[in-house]
Amino acid sequence: MNEELSIYSLKGIFKEILRYKIGVFSLIIFAFFIVLIIYTIIAIPYDKTISLWNDSQAWLKYPRNAIPVWWGFFTGKNLPKNINLSNKGSLNLISQNPKKIELIYSFNYNYDDFPTEFNIFFKSQYKNEPPILRIFWEKPNKDKIFLLEHQLRSEESTLYLGNETSIEDKLIEYLKSKLEYYPPYSVTVVRGLFVDTSGNLNIEKGEYKLHIEVELKDKDDTITAEPIIYGKVHGIAGTDHLRRPLELALLWGTPIDLSFGLGAAISITLLHLILATISGWFGGKVDSLIQRLTEIYMVLPFLPLMIMISLFYKLTIWKLLFVLIFLSLFGSGVKTQRALVLQVKTLPYIEAAKAYGASNWRIVFLYIIPKILPPVIPNLIISIPAYVFLEAILSIFGVLDPTQPTWGRIIEDAFQNGALYKGYYYWVLEPSFLLILTAVSFALLGFVIDRIVNPRLKEI
Amino acid sequence: MIKILRYFLRRIAVLFITVAIAVYLTIVIANAGGYIDKLIETEIRMNVAMSIKENPTLQGYTEEQKLKLMESIVKTQLKTKGLDKPFLIRSIYHLKNALTLDLGTAMWMTSDSGSMKVKNIILERLPLTILLFTTATVLIFFINLTLGLKLSQKYGSFLDKLIVYLSPLSVIPGWFYGIFLLLIFYSWLHILPHGGFMDFPPPPTLFEKILSVIRHMILPLLAWLISSIFVGTYSERNFFLIYSTEDYVEVARAKGLPPKDVERKYILRPALPPIITSFALSVISSWMGAIITERIFSWPGLGMVLSQAIGMFDAPVIIGVTVIYAYLLAGTVLLLDFIYAIIDPRVRI
Repeated sequence: MNEELSIYSLKGIFKEILRYKIGVFSLIIFAFFIVLIIYTIIAIPYDKTISLWNDSQAWLKYPRNAIPVWWGFFTGKNLPKNINLSNKGSLNLISQNPKKIELIYSFNYNYDDFPTEFNIFFKSQYKNEPPILRIFWEKPNKDKIFLLEHQLRSEESTLYLGNETSIEDKLIEYLKSKLEYYPPYSVTVVRGLFVDTSGNLNIEKGEYKLHIEVELKDKDDTITAEPIIYGKVHGIAGTDHLRRPLELALLWGTPIDLSFGLGAAISITLLHLILATISGWFGGKVDSLIQRLTEIYMVLPFLPLMIMISLFYKLTIWKLLFVLIFLSLFGSGVKTQRALVLQVKTLPYIEAAKAYGASNWRIVFLYIIPKILPPVIPNLIISIPAYVFLEAILSIFGVLDPTQPTWGRIIEDAFQNGALYKGYYYWVLEPSFLLILTAVSFALLGFVIDRIVNPRLKEI
Repeated sequence: MIKILRYFLRRIAVLFITVAIAVYLTIVIANAGGYIDKLIETEIRMNVAMSIKENPTLQGYTEEQKLKLMESIVKTQLKTKGLDKPFLIRSIYHLKNALTLDLGTAMWMTSDSGSMKVKNIILERLPLTILLFTTATVLIFFINLTLGLKLSQKYGSFLDKLIVYLSPLSVIPGWFYGIFLLLIFYSWLHILPHGGFMDFPPPPTLFEKILSVIRHMILPLLAWLISSIFVGTYSERNFFLIYSTEDYVEVARAKGLPPKDVERKYILRPALPPIITSFALSVISSWMGAIITERIFSWPGLGMVLSQAIGMFDAPVIIGVTVIYAYLLAGTVLLLDFIYAIIDPRVRI
């Protein structure tokens, strides 16, 4: 039994891991995470991420609930990306007095699906009265449809074409004249703009033109427009209901979640180790006090308490880590590790240490803890995912700081906004994938180390 | 018999003290920000304000006089409830209330029968939590046991190796598998409901009702089963393997006893106590998983009450749920002690 209490040092364990295939595999995943974390910290500073993540105005020009670009490949369709027309335009002067200009944007639309929205962001400077716009739409078949006349309301204003019912009426009118019957599908603005005239809901591919005639009231007035046709795919991770690109939270979630899990697992295991050693070594009243405390902790409703504390005191995730450590102080680990201590206690070298007069604390910290550390390490590593999942649980209950982008936060957002019912699977699957990758790699590493330090498992 | 009784009375006493300490801790934590006190004070204030407003004899009073009157009534009421005393004494008063399940009135939530009492809100949902949790626990225990025993007999077979290699998958908790099950069976295949515990509107006959509940239970149970089956069977297989190499098992086999008898009487019996011990620990920790699983599957049990209370910031309900969970955990420990005492006679001595 005695030599089973590990003959390996920490360095030796590391060398042994490399001999196992799954050990190497888990180390590769860790290397990937480390690279990811370093990239995240360098490329997108934390403060900037937080302020951007919580700024609802920052993402107006991104599509809402767009799926990741690579995900789009699996649908077998060429799904539309965001098209920003501002650099595809040209300017014609129609007349000098009154000053009339025409902005023409031409672009090719070869996607297989309709866009989601169509907004035009205007910026203008005017003296007395805001400029008046007349917007035309030119289809690939050269039909030019008048969409609407609109007067800007302020110097910076946005025209949401999708919300204008008058455009809808104009487009239905156009389709009716082409088809000679009422279109058999419901016509929305984006559909009407891009549908072909076959009577089915097909995209008309080809070169489209957007004409904006502007009547400026004063010759010094200026106007710029940024028309954006919102797509269905965006970036490597897609966007959420607030148009925020998910990769931001996925990337920053990595260091936050992993340090939460690592911090919790390491500190809790070490504290258990110390308490178990004290309990086992000193025995007597100390021992029974610690044992009674572990029994009380057993019926402590851990999760409701965590939820209650973080809800009532609005703690940040790092302060919550201390609460977590406190609430796990006398966990079941103390009991199992105490059994190890009782075995080590009888070993000859401890006897020798006692004989030459080593102090109690010296024996506890320098002789016993280092000895029982290796067999405890597998449990430490396997417990890391549990704490990463705890973060997700607390996020799903909505008691964690909502401004922090974490994996759990994304899952919670996805749940709250019906991702499962509306079919936004990427929204749930991306953070889940990272969580699973973390969990499985730590578990594999834990199992490998378990085999190394507890050789009895090899035989079975 | 008396020995067993005495043993259990002692266990119950110890556990009750343990629960009291756990609940006391909850109260101290909740009240460190003055939460409970503030809640009680607002409740009293509201009641007093209402009674003054509705009292016709006070019509002639000016606003200032009314306010003064209210203050004095609130003060005396606080005094009768002992809320003017220092925290140490007040906390004992809270503890007594909590232990007798006098959990106060909810701020916003109501029970399905319309009661605002926290006790009713919680006790109404408790059976559903216990139904799901117990079914899952019992199911998992017996599936793991039979599978573990099978594997230990066919040690080294393909299935055995598969389970060993899949055992790391058990670090992923049940509720997390639940998300994927929802994705597959609800969002994609549309064959199972997404949550709740019965169809709405409820079906007319009792039989159909039970069927509907079972349909709603499939996914949560499956989620828990997937998460526990690999590591559960793996560890139980190890226990069985250790015991099946004992000499007396060899003797039994040599005697020519039928393999079923050897399995049941010579391997299963002695292996049960350590299996129960490790199982007990996992049951206790799976209460935590139960809370979040209910949230994921919107199973209307305690976990849902907790999550609704969080959404409405209903502090008395949150505290009440915490107290109930302390009782549930203690009850689980007691029950497991009981099972353990039946299986392992050494405990009783």
